[in-house]
Amino acid sequence: MDNTAGKVRPHTVYFFGTCVVDLFFPGAGMAGINLLKEQGLKVIFPQGQSCCGQPAFNSGYMDEARSVAWAQVKLFPKDYPVILPSGSCAGMMKKHYPSLFRGTPQQAKAEDFSGRVYELTQFLVDILDIKLKDLGTPTKVTWHPSCHSQREMGVLDQPKSLLRQLANVEYVELPRERECCGFGGTFAVRQPEISAAMVTDKIDAVASTKADTVISGDCGCLLNIGGALEKAQQAARPKHIAEFLWERTHGHS
Amino acid sequence: MDTADFQDSARTALGDPQLRSNFRRAMDGLMAKRAAMFPDRDEWTRLRSLGAAVRARSLLNLPHLLEKLEERLTANGIHVHWAETVDQGNAIFKEILAQHDAKHVVKGKSMVSEEMHLNHALEEVGIEIIEADLGEYIIQLDHETPSHIIMPAIHKNKEQIARLFSQKIKDAAYTEDVDHLTGMARQVLRKKFANADAGVSGVNVAVAETGTLVLVENEGNGRMCTTVPKLHIAVMGIEKVVERLEEVPPILQLLTRSATGQPITTYVNMISSPRKADEKDGPEEIHLVLLDNGRSRVYSDPELRNTLRCIRCGACMNHCPVYTRVGGHAYPGVYPGPIGKILTPQILGLDVAGDLPHGSSLCNACVEVCPVEIPIAALLVRLRREAVGNGAKALKSAIPPKGAGQHRSRVESWVWWGWALAYRVPWIYRLTGLMLSRFGGLMPATIPLLKEWTSVRSKPRFASRTLHEMASSQEVPND
Amino acid sequence: MTDARAAILSRLRATETKAPPPLQDFQILESRGWSAEEKLQRLRQQMEAVHTEFLDARGQDWPTAVQNWLSQEKLPGLIYGPKSTLGAKLSSQWNNSVPLIPYDRAMEQWKAELFAFEGAGITATRGAIAQTGSLILFTGADEPRTLSLVPPVHIALLNVGKIRDTWRQVMQEQAWVNNMPTNLLLISGPSKTADIEQTLAYGVHGPKRLLVVLTDED
Repeated sequence: MDNTAGKVRPHTVYFFGTCVVDLFFPGAGMAGINLLKEQGLKVIFPQGQSCCGQPAFNSGYMDEARSVAWAQVKLFPKDYPVILPSGSCAGMMKKHYPSLFRGTPQQAKAEDFSGRVYELTQFLVDILDIKLKDLGTPTKVTWHPSCHSQREMGVLDQPKSLLRQLANVEYVELPRERECCGFGGTFAVRQPEISAAMVTDKIDAVASTKADTVISGDCGCLLNIGGALEKAQQAARPKHIAEFLWERTHGHS
Repeated sequence: MDTADFQDSARTALGDPQLRSNFRRAMDGLMAKRAAMFPDRDEWTRLRSLGAAVRARSLLNLPHLLEKLEERLTANGIHVHWAETVDQGNAIFKEILAQHDAKHVVKGKSMVSEEMHLNHALEEVGIEIIEADLGEYIIQLDHETPSHIIMPAIHKNKEQIARLFSQKIKDAAYTEDVDHLTGMARQVLRKKFANADAGVSGVNVAVAETGTLVLVENEGNGRMCTTVPKLHIAVMGIEKVVERLEEVPPILQLLTRSATGQPITTYVNMISSPRKADEKDGPEEIHLVLLDNGRSRVYSDPELRNTLRCIRCGACMNHCPVYTRVGGHAYPGVYPGPIGKILTPQILGLDVAGDLPHGSSLCNACVEVCPVEIPIAALLVRLRREAVGNGAKALKSAIPPKGAGQHRSRVESWVWWGWALAYRVPWIYRLTGLMLSRFGGLMPATIPLLKEWTSVRSKPRFASRTLHEMASSQEVPND
Repeated sequence: MTDARAAILSRLRATETKAPPPLQDFQILESRGWSAEEKLQRLRQQMEAVHTEFLDARGQDWPTAVQNWLSQEKLPGLIYGPKSTLGAKLSSQWNNSVPLIPYDRAMEQWKAELFAFEGAGITATRGAIAQTGSLILFTGADEPRTLSLVPPVHIALLNVGKIRDTWRQVMQEQAWVNNMPTNLLLISGPSKTADIEQTLAYGVHGPKRLLVVLTDED
């Protein structure tokens, strides 16, 4: 949150959609773009973008991660904030790019890029001070904070403050909300039993809130929690916060 | 031990509802107690930076501090021994005990002695060694190893302990009353303390400038072991030294608050010399065994060196979602949880424990609570690199971690090479995205990876259009 | 084992870096500026939370207060260090309603008796730490270590004027660095354990009870 000092409201921002959003939750990405546009910003979506490089980075393949990371950095040259609808990918770009590029010719450019990275709700609250008007019908929701949004990006209260702005939305805190859902990228398939135990506990916690929707800012978690909810035939549905906010403020639900 | 063992034992542990509820309850309690100790974020941050600075400074001057410690201890009348390996360490113990014809030994809790398998080594030569910490005593009765570095018997509930005592302690009636159970252990162990030929202890911090061994504990067994028998042998890892006495309060206050949520333990025991001529009790002879066992190798790498900051509080395991579910016995080596995942592969070797760093979702809960700011997640990733031979090449003097590169597989390397190509070249990426969005749904759930995923989750559904397509069709500018 | 020593040190030296030491800011451990009353209150609060008992003998004759307490608790005797200041005062004012036993031999000479003893041991303190709720004991020739360890009850005399805010403050004021005794102890309560289901149980190996006698003298 070190880059929120000053709170200069920019006129143009870049949007980095992330590969999980691209393939599984494109609606969340579009909602993020539209929320920003509605605030009067010009939003640029470089079509060459793919992935932040985290999967390779976390698996120990630095050269591969760096080559993919550099392909992204190059697409965001201007001095505009880079907004991500993901705390995890934002954490990768903000916290890990500097070490990934340390000692390389790209170091300065990578550091400049990292300095401009924001998680979406962080940007909406801390920089734009967004005001929301709820047009939806009464509903009950709970919030799952992703590990990296909390612990790498320092985003914890911003998304909740957005949910609290919505008059017809009852927000119930998830028991043990700060505990990992068991996704962890390759962890879910490398340690399938442990990951399964974690996500099973997580959906039990979701069920205990009796929420209609479990909202998160990270699509990896939503893929995991949502998949488990569906398999267990539980009623709660997963939704990305950008999509939820867009729908509530435009009367789609 | 192979890491296939971690997966296997984790699977067994996950299927044991009693074990899981014992750990869940215990970890919830420990997390709440720790949180209550650090209500003020600013104070926590400042105390923690101080703790990290103390440990970093100690490591920076480690060889010098060890020499200074040796010099001061020797001047105070404490004998110092150095052991490069576990076998050397055990040999030193056997030799000292043989010199004193010591056959009955009592021991206060010490993880380094677990690392050495000291009990086993001494029992082999006919020496009785009794664990005096209540938790350690319980697991010794049941021939188990600690499942937690602070609370060794945390995997057991009182019914299990009641049954154990009634079977193993002479004339003990079955009771689930914790006070009664504690009383039984007191009775047995008091006799052992009074009659022991030697006492063994660990060391929480050693102070170089004064030649002092500092031990924290609640029960008084540590004081018994270091006070009553005529001979005291302490053992510590070479990393546990600080230069100045003033560095002790921050370390111990962080340790006890993080570990069990106490402002300080019942006893802080600072030992600087054996019994002096006019004193009426205390051991007549004190020995300190300094154990390396791979630590100097860990030390050689400036990043991995941070592993040695650890003050063994256990907060990382208390907050770990993996440890909470599988418990301490699932981990190879003696240190479980996140610290074990970075320490064990470096001590045992990445060839045998190289999969252990992958037993983490990198959730960073451990990093958040570590009182000396060990970047555990970053070190896990670093060890993953080392295991597949993508280690750091920056420092010539660094000795690569034991077994580095042993997990490299050609298939995995190709997979990542292909991945990097697809994600680096926009048209390949976009084409892949298009294909997946159109045909990804046809993938059978039985293919590897998807099979693991779908054990408790439905098959992920690719969206019919990618974000790239949607952005393009809605005329979101490209630059 | 000089070879092991040389090998370990040479490996450590091979990569010793000449980086400047990280800054250490000890401010957080300095005095909190608590009043005398606040210090005592905090100390009591911390120590009582872990079952320490207090006997306020300020403005009274403390040996009598201790004697009365022992009679009231029906304890069979009190072991003390006869050569200490505390010991001299205690023995001169003792009316023998409860046996007073001097710790005047090496522990080995009466170990069985000491371990079987069911009364109390009394010691002085060098003060206390309000922040952590700890008593400070310098053991030695006058007051052996087992005096505060083996008897089931430990009575500690505390001059309330010697309570300080923090551990660091005490350590500096009393110049510990130049005066380390054979065994320096901080004691914050009676012996306890939580090794069985995290349930607290008192008196596992050391004293089952700790009584702090508050005085305004040494």
